[in-house]
Amino acid sequence: MDKRFVYMDYNATTPLRPEVKEAMTADLDVFANASSMHEAGRRAFDRIEKARSSVARLIGAQPGEILFTSGGSESNNTVFNTMFDLGRTATGRRKIVTTAIEHPCVMRAAERLRDEGFPVAFVGVDGAGRLDMAALGRELDPSRSEGGPALLVSVMAANNEIGTVQDIRSVTALAKAAGAFMHTDAVQAAGKVPVNVREWGVDYLTLSCHKIYGPKGVGALFARKGTPLDPLIRGGHQEGGLRAGTYNNQGILAFGMAAELAMKELPRYRERVGALRERLRSGLVAAVPSIRVNGHATEVLPNTLNVSFPGAEGEAILLSLDLEGIEVSTGSACASGSLEPSHVLMATGVGPELAHGSIRFSLGRDSTESDVDYVLEKLPPIIARLRRMSTVPAACLEA
Amino acid sequence: MSDAFQWLYSPIVKEHFTNPKNVFDPDERFEADAEGVVGNIKCGDQMMFLLKIKGDVIEDVRWKTYGCASAIASTSMLSEVIKGMPIRDAYSIKPSDIASKLGGLPENKIHCSVLGDKALRAAIDSYLEKTGRAGAFKGEEAVTICNCLNITDKDIEQAVKDGARNWEQLQEATKIGTVCGGCKPRALELLHEFVHIYGAD
Repeated sequence: MDKRFVYMDYNATTPLRPEVKEAMTADLDVFANASSMHEAGRRAFDRIEKARSSVARLIGAQPGEILFTSGGSESNNTVFNTMFDLGRTATGRRKIVTTAIEHPCVMRAAERLRDEGFPVAFVGVDGAGRLDMAALGRELDPSRSEGGPALLVSVMAANNEIGTVQDIRSVTALAKAAGAFMHTDAVQAAGKVPVNVREWGVDYLTLSCHKIYGPKGVGALFARKGTPLDPLIRGGHQEGGLRAGTYNNQGILAFGMAAELAMKELPRYRERVGALRERLRSGLVAAVPSIRVNGHATEVLPNTLNVSFPGAEGEAILLSLDLEGIEVSTGSACASGSLEPSHVLMATGVGPELAHGSIRFSLGRDSTESDVDYVLEKLPPIIARLRRMSTVPAACLEA
Repeated sequence: MSDAFQWLYSPIVKEHFTNPKNVFDPDERFEADAEGVVGNIKCGDQMMFLLKIKGDVIEDVRWKTYGCASAIASTSMLSEVIKGMPIRDAYSIKPSDIASKLGGLPENKIHCSVLGDKALRAAIDSYLEKTGRAGAFKGEEAVTICNCLNITDKDIEQAVKDGARNWEQLQEATKIGTVCGGCKPRALELLHEFVHIYGAD
């Protein structure tokens, strides 16, 4: 096979899908300020409200429960900022319970509350990345843990690195029984597995547009009707006064379209991309000795495959694949500029040796069987080459 | 992606990464006079150097590493540079010498290139020990870091070997930076480097 370009980093971001791109180009002329009272403004506002309905439908919410933001990080920070506000005032609840495998924007937001004196617990996961429900139960029981009654439980719906999907419904039941607010970061779950705020019972849910084949710079926060929300950005009446800033017309309209398409195509996506993932997984297991597939065997995103190649280092694998036109990501410290490997893999207990040698393949709606076969052709010799020059024998680290 | 777009690192790094020189091949039966291993796989890299030495000159060299592209490329470059070099000269090669020969490395990848010369020195030290000259080159290349208290890079290295893992522990062990504090940036870099080499426990 000749060199080709194979993008397998869809969890990092997705390309604009052609329909969305086309609509965005046409919508570039929807310039009016959607807060303006004149006709052009009202037309823009109307389009934005339609997009809000589309995004709401994707997660089974009411349009009035959707707040447009600049992306997942802002949505997550808005929730934690709201808790900062609540915890400082009367409720008597201050404890934040989250997990050891959250996206950095949740980890840092939680750490900031800890620095402000809030009790914060990072609940661990098992070897497959599933939340330790017994530990969660303990953290939510003031008689068995420190920090008093919980104010917020924040658990991601699906992990970006290993793809493990959590049982958000059960987590929410525990959170609600303990009287806490429940937030889930569903940035990676949306468009890949069913997400429904009513079935799950969550109070807050985070979405990002660029993970579902829309543009970057726009996201959403679902806040169930009646739950508190404190604006992170003040100074305007947009979004009911909860998020100031002139409406991002193009981004929001595109988000609406991307959400509609994601919802419509979900069953087909799961089936098709899931089959490709299995082709890649079984192919790698057959072609490369001594590898470990990270994450859960069944409770996993249909597009995400995280594999450790003991004896070979992740950045070296990534850059070797890059030279073949294959684009992936790694949990190795060498790709992060720090000495710490992936906190997610470390939390699953694989150990630094396997975390440093991990590669995340994340497939998408444009992935094909021949993309997978190309990776299966190019990767084994790369691993063999790196292992040959390695001081670490692969067999010694076999899981 | 496209051929026209520059690779992440310099073309020289790319060449040494894709075609590393003097990599150890177990089938080759390389008979080494000295061996040195350093690094910590917990930090994501580990390095081995094998040397053939005649008349205190490095005749030939082989190496293996568990490490990233920068580690592989810098070790490959180092192995080329030291061929035919007296062991005394090879002993004083610094990571910055190798990085500049590679056409530079990004700031955050410098620490990936610090293992090669340490493994090389470990190999030379073992050779010196074998030939009854244990520690003969030690101390020669010590560089003063803290002028107030005359603390050298060797002192920092020793403190890390003895267990110091952060600035406070390094200060406890050496009193570094307790007078004018001007050495702190460089001392922190070295601390970072040595913790990388000797492990984060």
